[in-house]
Amino acid sequence: MSGPRRVLITGATSAIARALADRLAARGDRIVLAARDDEEAGRTANDLRLSRGAEVFAIRFDAEEVGAGKRVVETAAETLGGLDGVYVVHGAMWPQEDAERDPTLAARMAVINLASPAEILHAAADRVPDKTGFLCAVSSVAGDRGRPSNFAYGAGKAGLDALCHGLRGRLLGRGVRVTLVKPGFVDTAMTWGLSGMFLVAPPERVAASIDRAAVRGKAVVYTPFFWRWIMLIIRLIPRPVFDRLGM
Amino acid sequence: MPTWSEQQTACWGNHPVQPAVVARPERARTLRNAFLEPGPVGTTTLARGLGRSYGDAALNEDRADARGRLVLTERLGRVLAFDPETGILEAEAGMSLARLLETYLPQGWFVPVTPGTRFVTLGGCLAADVHGKNHHSDGSFVTFVESFELLLSSGQTVRCSREERPELFWATTGGMGLTGMIISVCLRLRRVDSAYIDVSRTRTGSLDETAQVFESLASDTTYSVAWVDMLARGASLGRGVVFAGEHAPVDRLSGTAARSPLVWPAEKSRSVPIDFPGFALSPLSVKAFNTFYHMRNPTRVFTEPVTSFFYPLDAVRGWNRIYGKRGFQQYQVVIPPDPGLDGLREILDRLAASKRGSFLAVIKPMGAESGGMLSFPRPGWTVSLDLAQTPGLDAMLSELDARVIEMGGRRYLAKDASMKRDHFEAMYPKLDEFRRVRAQADPDGKISSSLARRLGL
Repeated sequence: MSGPRRVLITGATSAIARALADRLAARGDRIVLAARDDEEAGRTANDLRLSRGAEVFAIRFDAEEVGAGKRVVETAAETLGGLDGVYVVHGAMWPQEDAERDPTLAARMAVINLASPAEILHAAADRVPDKTGFLCAVSSVAGDRGRPSNFAYGAGKAGLDALCHGLRGRLLGRGVRVTLVKPGFVDTAMTWGLSGMFLVAPPERVAASIDRAAVRGKAVVYTPFFWRWIMLIIRLIPRPVFDRLGM
Repeated sequence: MPTWSEQQTACWGNHPVQPAVVARPERARTLRNAFLEPGPVGTTTLARGLGRSYGDAALNEDRADARGRLVLTERLGRVLAFDPETGILEAEAGMSLARLLETYLPQGWFVPVTPGTRFVTLGGCLAADVHGKNHHSDGSFVTFVESFELLLSSGQTVRCSREERPELFWATTGGMGLTGMIISVCLRLRRVDSAYIDVSRTRTGSLDETAQVFESLASDTTYSVAWVDMLARGASLGRGVVFAGEHAPVDRLSGTAARSPLVWPAEKSRSVPIDFPGFALSPLSVKAFNTFYHMRNPTRVFTEPVTSFFYPLDAVRGWNRIYGKRGFQQYQVVIPPDPGLDGLREILDRLAASKRGSFLAVIKPMGAESGGMLSFPRPGWTVSLDLAQTPGLDAMLSELDARVIEMGGRRYLAKDASMKRDHFEAMYPKLDEFRRVRAQADPDGKISSSLARRLGL
């Protein structure tokens, strides 16, 4: 890693994105925080400017609006005078039962978790420099299989996996690395009060993994690491069996 | 994404354990909304920081007929403003002292008043009006608080200072979160040259000697505290180790510390992985520990990092688990100058006679009252010690409370889990004033805690 970088972080009001921004700011990276609630992101930006002495800006970004992804990349590049990398951290999860009651929630999850990252990553791929540029998207172990209890969410994340896989190959020649991070359960507002949580990781630990994975340019990283083995087993369960497990 | 989660809750003493409905917002707006969210008739809400008070001050039991909610502030601890000239910091109330030190000590600023752990929030420090080893010289936490923002149960956010809404300011100071939710705190930090403390340690053989050492300290000694061997009886009663400390000037440092004086070495952190079984704290093991501690700390002058001077127990994560599932109480009282040392001797003697043992018995002289209506500190001697929650403990502490009242002293709410209502009323003379201000701030009684209900606050 060479010197401070110019980076965009989306979903910046989430606990994971905040922990990530704190790490990067402490290292001197220049950051644009993008979030729907830009007032809240502004408070985080202000905190990082004051406490870390970093250059951090906050802008409004609504992941449900087609066109907003391209705009946010352009604004970030203008604000920072260029863009070295992007962390796509935004996402949304409503309970599967809610999506079945109100199918528009299933559509919104598909937009927020897949369509919007697709737009951002496509837009950013052209912006980041050859050799040193990087793109990093936060997916989820939920994307590894269509679990009957959470597939409307998992479907978007599975799509994001395929997207990053293809994009990585596409950008290989330019030396731009595309990294996909798959956290397990993380102790954030998204999982607060949900039943059936286990091995819950603090957001700081996940942010550290995201940071390391992007710096090293890994293709796919599970975090914490043991999820790689848990998901390997889960992926090996034969489909007829898996479908009857009610996971 | 549910806001509320039904949980079993406890504070640091793991006693009592009570169910509550808990929210942990991650945005300023959701924090506010959670605190104000209407619930079924009888619902009450309480803001809670890192839960490092010991008893039921930061609990709000969920009962069949009355919903009890806790709103955790720990995810919102951002800097709002900082003036590098004056060291005045404004931050969200959920900021921990750990985060504050990590951010500002490298810039030469220290927390002006700190309790024995840095895993507490600014809001919690103000709500308990905490004190530290510098109470005799600098007073309690509020001394350095310029102002704070308070969210009332009406939904109004008000700024309080000594000039602006002074009654609410002094009711919230030490008010255990019962006037509203503290949103942000504006605090004057202390300028320091290094992250090290010059310590002068003196081993003593009796309570009189311990007191003499305190008296012999220079009048401008910033930090002082003594550890007392609770199992020494008779002539050795009150034997211990007195620590006096000053922020170390750079020219007193050597080696790595001199080269980067504001960087402190990382601690070797250990954790207690399990609840210890009850027999682990036998009188014998406690006695062995106390004797060992006394032997290991001969009279000496040395320099150590702020973390080891102020937070020796922070290096042992989950140290409260050595008391096992049954938990413990930390009993802390203050005895006025009259009867002074004689009163302290009687309390120590009674505690020693109970043979309930303790790893931690800490005494120190305290300075003036802060003005907080329910603030604990007042001039005199304070003693605090941990006692495993065993049968008969509450009754014994209640007898002690009665003696403390006769001496004109009081017991600390942030550590209390068992005080009786009439004892509490006899200890806090400004209670009626507090009740009046609280009734104005929260007329419909939407804010409450288990401690508030137990003591009829």
